[in-house]
Amino acid sequence: MLSIWLNVVVQGILTGLLYGLMALGLSVIFGVVRLVNFAHGEFAVVAMYAAFVLFRAFGLDPLIAMLPIALAFFVVGFALQRTLINAFVGRPEHEQFILLVGVAIVLVNAVLIVFGPDAQPANLPYAFDSYMIGPLLVDKVRVYAAVAALAVCAALFGFFRFTRTGTAIRACADNLVGAAVVGLDVRKLYAITFGIGLACVGAAGSLMITIADAVPSLGPAYTLLAFTIVIIGGLGSMAGALVAGLLIGVSEALAGFLIAPSMKSMFSFALLVAVLVLRPQGLLGKKPA
Amino acid sequence: MRCETRSRPSRRDVLAGATAAGAVLAAPAIVRAQAKALKVAVVLPRSGLFAAAGQSCHRGAVVAPKVLADLGYAVELINIDFESNVDVARTQTERAIAEGAQAVVGAFESGATLAMAQVCEQRKVPLVINIASVPQLTEQGYQYLVRNFLTNAQLVGNGLKLVKDLMAATNVQFKNAVFVHANDTFGTAQRAAMDKLFPAAQMPFPLVESIAYDPKAQDLAVEVTKIRAVAPELVLVTTRSSDAIKLVRDMVRQRYEPKAIISPGSPGLYDEEFYQALGPLADFHIFNLPWANAKSPVTQALAAAYKTAHPSNRFEVDCFNAGFTFEAIMIAADAFKRAGTADGPTLMKAVKATDIAEHVMTGGPIRFDEKGQNNDIQASVVQNRNRTPTVVLPPEVAVAAPVLPMPPWQGRS
Repeated sequence: MLSIWLNVVVQGILTGLLYGLMALGLSVIFGVVRLVNFAHGEFAVVAMYAAFVLFRAFGLDPLIAMLPIALAFFVVGFALQRTLINAFVGRPEHEQFILLVGVAIVLVNAVLIVFGPDAQPANLPYAFDSYMIGPLLVDKVRVYAAVAALAVCAALFGFFRFTRTGTAIRACADNLVGAAVVGLDVRKLYAITFGIGLACVGAAGSLMITIADAVPSLGPAYTLLAFTIVIIGGLGSMAGALVAGLLIGVSEALAGFLIAPSMKSMFSFALLVAVLVLRPQGLLGKKPA
Repeated sequence: MRCETRSRPSRRDVLAGATAAGAVLAAPAIVRAQAKALKVAVVLPRSGLFAAAGQSCHRGAVVAPKVLADLGYAVELINIDFESNVDVARTQTERAIAEGAQAVVGAFESGATLAMAQVCEQRKVPLVINIASVPQLTEQGYQYLVRNFLTNAQLVGNGLKLVKDLMAATNVQFKNAVFVHANDTFGTAQRAAMDKLFPAAQMPFPLVESIAYDPKAQDLAVEVTKIRAVAPELVLVTTRSSDAIKLVRDMVRQRYEPKAIISPGSPGLYDEEFYQALGPLADFHIFNLPWANAKSPVTQALAAAYKTAHPSNRFEVDCFNAGFTFEAIMIAADAFKRAGTADGPTLMKAVKATDIAEHVMTGGPIRFDEKGQNNDIQASVVQNRNRTPTVVLPPEVAVAAPVLPMPPWQGRS
């Protein structure tokens, strides 16, 4: 029985790492640009389809396709922020919300037109393989996806910690007026940040196709999931997003096993309510000054 | 100061006006009643969660007018996608009737069908259910509804009986079983039927647990771990195609191999999507459902028209959804032919008096009881063989012998 428990926890951790990566993009964008990307899940679904097409057409494994897709999403994010979203930065939140919901609707319908409503599985050659490590039995795809998610997170943390652009973006997030006074090009940094946020979701979507089939209707569920994770972790906190992703992954797995699988998503929302009541700034978020 | 020059309408003017208004208001109904071809709204989930099944039903509907014309019936279809959304089903049915639909067929999903039944009842337009099994549909006293499909109790009851037949035919015994079901309208109704009928069926093995899952979950890893913890030899399932894929995929990943996976009357295990996603791993799963009667001339005509209209799809795979949808349209068309009018109450009376001997699916003549239920639909044991549904029991309609226990996941090609 202990081995079953161990398996459940490990499955939760592996899934949670992917959740964390998915939410990281949303957290990065909000932390700097102060704008909630309500098209986040839809971008993840587009990335899933991009990985699906690259695998089916060129045999490119999603774990490798993740790199060009992330790059392409960075370019799209940069351009989108410069051309469309920048005009809405600083405007009332309901206007930002409507704009991004509009983008989400366009994305979902574009995917529906091109690929239709059916689920599209990648059917990777190792999709059904698993590792037996002592009493543990873990899916190969989940291990690969979790390791890749960890690598992306590490690269992102490294970028923000050790590069000049990363430091400049953090400066924008900490003190926008100060950053502008010292001569930082805030608009360009915003565009880079939005690009990085979309690159994260591009990478997460590419990894998601290894464990779930691509379906256009997944978008809102992913947006809600990412949003829940970011609020639990603390809006704008990258480490918080990762921790909350893990927490939700494990709590869903345990709740599914102990209580009822059909009720597992209820627990992530229960967690959300608890955090909002007991620590409104999130687990690792800063209290508003 | 009031103006007193405006003349008051005379009684004759009022009568003339009322007659004219009545004529205008009644015109659509008169036109509707006098139509030469019956206008049927076919409401299906062609996108969203149930898209695969909805598309499969739609393919049967598309060929129906031509096949029915050859049989002497005249129908005109209004094809509607309700996007797997109950509210859309309700509003689209309202709209279709407002735009002249004289009968409604649908809707594959029980929740949506319940919503449509309320609309049809209010508007006095016959609803012929192609596929939907919740008992409420024929137990709530609807007057404008018939169901040419099994109820949950009939599905599960037949399904369990056929499991016994299967055990006898293969001489394979199961020590225990779990029941895994989606927690949607259909899945929970199947669970209720299973809870009621399993003890009464005196099955030779215990049902040790029932596990509900969210059909929208992105994977079923936890659910399979929970099944693995119980280690049943038989897994009874009520699924849709997308979650059936997830279930089998996670069973293979977790190296869990029961002796059999059997659906006692649900979709999921026979959809093209299931075969394409799982390849050889889709083989040897069993479902106990009514299937197309290959010996019927109507089935042969439908299959021929289907192959011409949909060369990239297989009738052998689609025949359950396409067959029941075709039959629902045929029931409406046949009633219209006998009634000679599309007037709601008269047409409904004719629908309830249906008696069609030659049709597509296995079972006796299509007839309805006083509640609007067809009680003479027979189920068969169908097993996936080389990614094709193959009838394996009862012997009189079987085209192959059942394989049980199913071969291991590893080594399938």
